[in-house]
Amino acid sequence: MALDELYQEIILEHYKKPKNMGLLEHADIKVEGKNPFCGDEIELAIKLKDDIIENVTFDGSGCAISQASASLMTEKIKGKSISQVKKLISTFKKMVKGEEDSQINKDNLEELLALQGVSEFPSRIKCALLAWNTLLLGLDEKLKKQAGEK
Amino acid sequence: METQIKENTSFDADKIREHFPVFFQPENEGLIYLDSAATTQRPREVLAAGTEFYEKFNANAHRGAYKIAEKATEAYERAREKVGQFIGAKDSSEIVFVRSTTEAINFVAYGWARKFISAEDEIIVSEMEHHSNLVPWQIVAQKTGARLRFLRMNENGVLPLEQLDSLLSTKTKLVAITHVSNVLGTVNPVKEIIQAAHNVGAKVVVDGAQSAPHLPVNVVDLDADFFAFSGHKMLAPMGIGVLYGKTALLEEMDPVYYGGEMIKDVDYYQSTWNDLPWKFEAGTQNIAGAIGLGAAIDFINNVGIDNIRKHDHFLTEYALNELKKINDLVILGPMNNRGPAISFNLDNIHAHDLATFLDQKNIAIRSGHHCAKLVMKKFNVAATARASFYLYNTKTDIDALVHALNEAKGYFSKWR
Repeated sequence: MALDELYQEIILEHYKKPKNMGLLEHADIKVEGKNPFCGDEIELAIKLKDDIIENVTFDGSGCAISQASASLMTEKIKGKSISQVKKLISTFKKMVKGEEDSQINKDNLEELLALQGVSEFPSRIKCALLAWNTLLLGLDEKLKKQAGEK
Repeated sequence: METQIKENTSFDADKIREHFPVFFQPENEGLIYLDSAATTQRPREVLAAGTEFYEKFNANAHRGAYKIAEKATEAYERAREKVGQFIGAKDSSEIVFVRSTTEAINFVAYGWARKFISAEDEIIVSEMEHHSNLVPWQIVAQKTGARLRFLRMNENGVLPLEQLDSLLSTKTKLVAITHVSNVLGTVNPVKEIIQAAHNVGAKVVVDGAQSAPHLPVNVVDLDADFFAFSGHKMLAPMGIGVLYGKTALLEEMDPVYYGGEMIKDVDYYQSTWNDLPWKFEAGTQNIAGAIGLGAAIDFINNVGIDNIRKHDHFLTEYALNELKKINDLVILGPMNNRGPAISFNLDNIHAHDLATFLDQKNIAIRSGHHCAKLVMKKFNVAATARASFYLYNTKTDIDALVHALNEAKGYFSKWR
């Protein structure tokens, strides 16, 4: 696998100029994630309107893959409902892990397909998933809390 | 000015390499292995020693009264003697076989420190420790109420000894210190540290994971109380390690695991413990691993640990000199008196991206925090790349690394 397929143009752009960087105030969800393997860290701040992700920003440090993945993720999930995002997380994970699944509709992934090459670099899968696992943790905690309040 | 770095021409790393099958697998063609600080490769002789045990005299040691069991026991204990001689122990009963350096240090933490350290006491560790020689002491401090204090390093990754005077006191019960840093390569003056610690009555546990493979070690000369190291970082199989302890300390220390073979006598409600070192070796041991470690020591002795030290030194000097020529490459740690592990960062390229690039060129380096997050914090970096060398590495390997790093700069320059 050529390196250029891992480091696609779109990934480099998001690494150089990450979107939605810096933590927004008065977030409804704040969550931190760490990759113990490499020390990469990420923090997400999410503003909800009902169950729609109105805004999401991130902060952190890491390799090109982890940063670009976080940036692409924030762009992708804005305006989507929590349940839509949870489905997207599952689809994205399958793609990055290279899992064959006829149920995956990769068309929905659009720009995220740029990260498909990661599946050929097993040691980098965790890099691509850091933001997404952190997001899932944040959403699940929020849902648990909401369930508790009801 | 160009410094001339001399290679020991009588040391033939290419010849040594021929003993290591990993370099001759078709799928590994062109492999340049620069991660020996994580684990070394293993020579045929070591692999053969383990296989020989399983094929010819496979039996449990210290249990059977039949020929192959006696042979297994003899081989296992012979390996212990080799280890004892290798590090200059007074007696092989001071050598406890464990799984790894981590397990050895945990033995001291659970069996000795938790027994003898209390709330009024202090434990000193350095901030360049591998997590294996830091986290166990955090737990001992939390459980006993003892205070954990830190030996600080300077910007070159060196521990100035002056601070010992203010840190050490009669409250100090234990000093935990690495002999050679796995990130910075720093060789610590452990002999001086041990002497200073002994002056206030403290014991010292030395993490020898990065020193035993590379330097002549003599635990009696160092006067180390405990010395821990791993087989797999010195050509031996994975899953075998060593805890050396002075007899008196091992005597007063509690076993960590209880069960078969570690007992002298067992009654309904209580039992007594076996003699040293078997009191610490409960359950079936890694006999093939121990025999493999013995074979690794034979291999090292045949080459000569001093020759290995000189070769490591040459490679390290040469690499430092060549790496310094690369613009925007920052080396962490001292520039001399160091072991053969070099951590660096190149430009603004994350170590993981760099490692992936180098892997495309068949160059294996380590990237990440190297289980030493305090070092990362100190140098304010999230991760570093690390190249480390051993007896099978050559000048050509380093040239390839340097060439690839220059290429990486070009490749990643479009990212700016």
